[in-house]
Amino acid sequence: MSDVYVIGTNMIRFGRYPQRTVEDLGAEAALLALQDAGLGIRDMQALYCGNVGEANRSVGQRILQQIGQTGIPVVNTANACATGATAFREGWIGIKSGLYDLVLCIGVEQMGRGLLGGGSSYAGVPTEGLVGSGTMPSMFASLGMEHSRKYGTTFEQFARVSVKNHHHSTLNDKAMYRFETPLEQVMEAEMIAFPLTKLMCSVNVDGAAAAIVCSECRTRELGLMDRAVRVRASILKSDPYTAHNLALLDFNTITRHAADAAYEMAGVGPGELELIELHDCFATAELMHYENLRICGDGEAGALIDSGETGLGGRIPVNVSGGLLSKGHPLGATGLANIYEVVTQLRGEAGARQVDGARIGMTHVVGAGSSCAIHILEKA
Amino acid sequence: MSAPEAGPARPLAPFIKIDADGKPYLEGFRCAACGEVLAVGSRRACPKCTVVGMLKPIRLAERGRLYTYTVVHRSFPGVATPFVAALVDLDGGGTVKGTLVGVESGAICFDMPLRVEFETLDMSGESAGQYVRHFFTVARN
Repeated sequence: MSDVYVIGTNMIRFGRYPQRTVEDLGAEAALLALQDAGLGIRDMQALYCGNVGEANRSVGQRILQQIGQTGIPVVNTANACATGATAFREGWIGIKSGLYDLVLCIGVEQMGRGLLGGGSSYAGVPTEGLVGSGTMPSMFASLGMEHSRKYGTTFEQFARVSVKNHHHSTLNDKAMYRFETPLEQVMEAEMIAFPLTKLMCSVNVDGAAAAIVCSECRTRELGLMDRAVRVRASILKSDPYTAHNLALLDFNTITRHAADAAYEMAGVGPGELELIELHDCFATAELMHYENLRICGDGEAGALIDSGETGLGGRIPVNVSGGLLSKGHPLGATGLANIYEVVTQLRGEAGARQVDGARIGMTHVVGAGSSCAIHILEKA
Repeated sequence: MSAPEAGPARPLAPFIKIDADGKPYLEGFRCAACGEVLAVGSRRACPKCTVVGMLKPIRLAERGRLYTYTVVHRSFPGVATPFVAALVDLDGGGTVKGTLVGVESGAICFDMPLRVEFETLDMSGESAGQYVRHFFTVARN
């Protein structure tokens, strides 16, 4: 089978747009991505649209009402934090199968403020605090403590993730936050659930991102191979049974399964990646995923963040966009924003945050419930 | 708070059951095919080995060890903080989440032996009524 390419992509600046609608945010990102490819909605043969908050309300069709009702098939996806990546992967499947040559993939979300999480009630009765906690920060705090239990990882090491990713976002004009957060500021911020302070939790924002996915044949016909990025691997996994997973979600095993499958599909190893956008929904998660994605050995994530090698200019820059921690985490848009970032880097168009000479990069998202998507992309 | 009692009190977690003597306990399931112990309610098939219809209800142990935890300082509006959210591996199998009470955060250590206890709560407001919850305390012996 021939390869699949991303030939256009863009995102809106992540932020808070309470006066706008989901379809308006998604339409803006879609038009920007089409413009990037020099194409129009009439060129698209299908739309894959990821959104969580209005998953049962035909968001993809509503976007087409904004940008052109051409009658193409629309698939709306909802897959927790892997929603946008799932939409992108469905587009990849559509091209890979030979059914289509050109499809549009969109991820979009409007979020409220405040804590996310479930499990705070049973049979309609609130149980938060009475039967542990169901908030997302408490879950990822407990997972960070599990890492500390195994390897002695410290509060300070987790906090360094936020220092790094907030620094990266000062170089990204599409990020929600654009300010430095020194280590003391991160550690002294309001404690949410130890070891996570407020600056170690991702930002609930509104956002949208989109990508145009194309067959090899059509990419050549359109003369767009110069800026095209090849999809070397597209993997989606659900959570396998593990003993603790039913009581505290196990994001480690699912990510390891997805990463191993992605490396096998791409025929590359972790040592060949030149940048990664991974799911730093909380600072603890980034260190867990260094090991899960095999960019360091088990128990070495604390030392890796200390070394600075995952910062811009280091051996394997992680979340140079600012990540979910600082760029923001609009659930359904996050996966496609990761695609935008890595494609932009591989094209050499990332400006002040450009990873020099990057040719191969990875995107990773993992959502509660659970769902993990990994893509490996390569400059064509 | 009062001692658990039989009657209208309803469980605050799916795995809390009340036995014929009115005593609350944690119900788990053991797969007769692969031996795995689950602590979160029944399933049509064992999620580990996939064999259908072989999960048998068991009474889980009321002793266990602290696997991981966090001290929650901010929760949803109206929830009293701080509290300790714990994940406990029960002796004999099964892992249960719950609140750990009666221990200073500085005195908490991984693998510390814990006891499962129960209490009946009188709740007011929209969910008014009596409820049974489980919680964890440090095992002293």
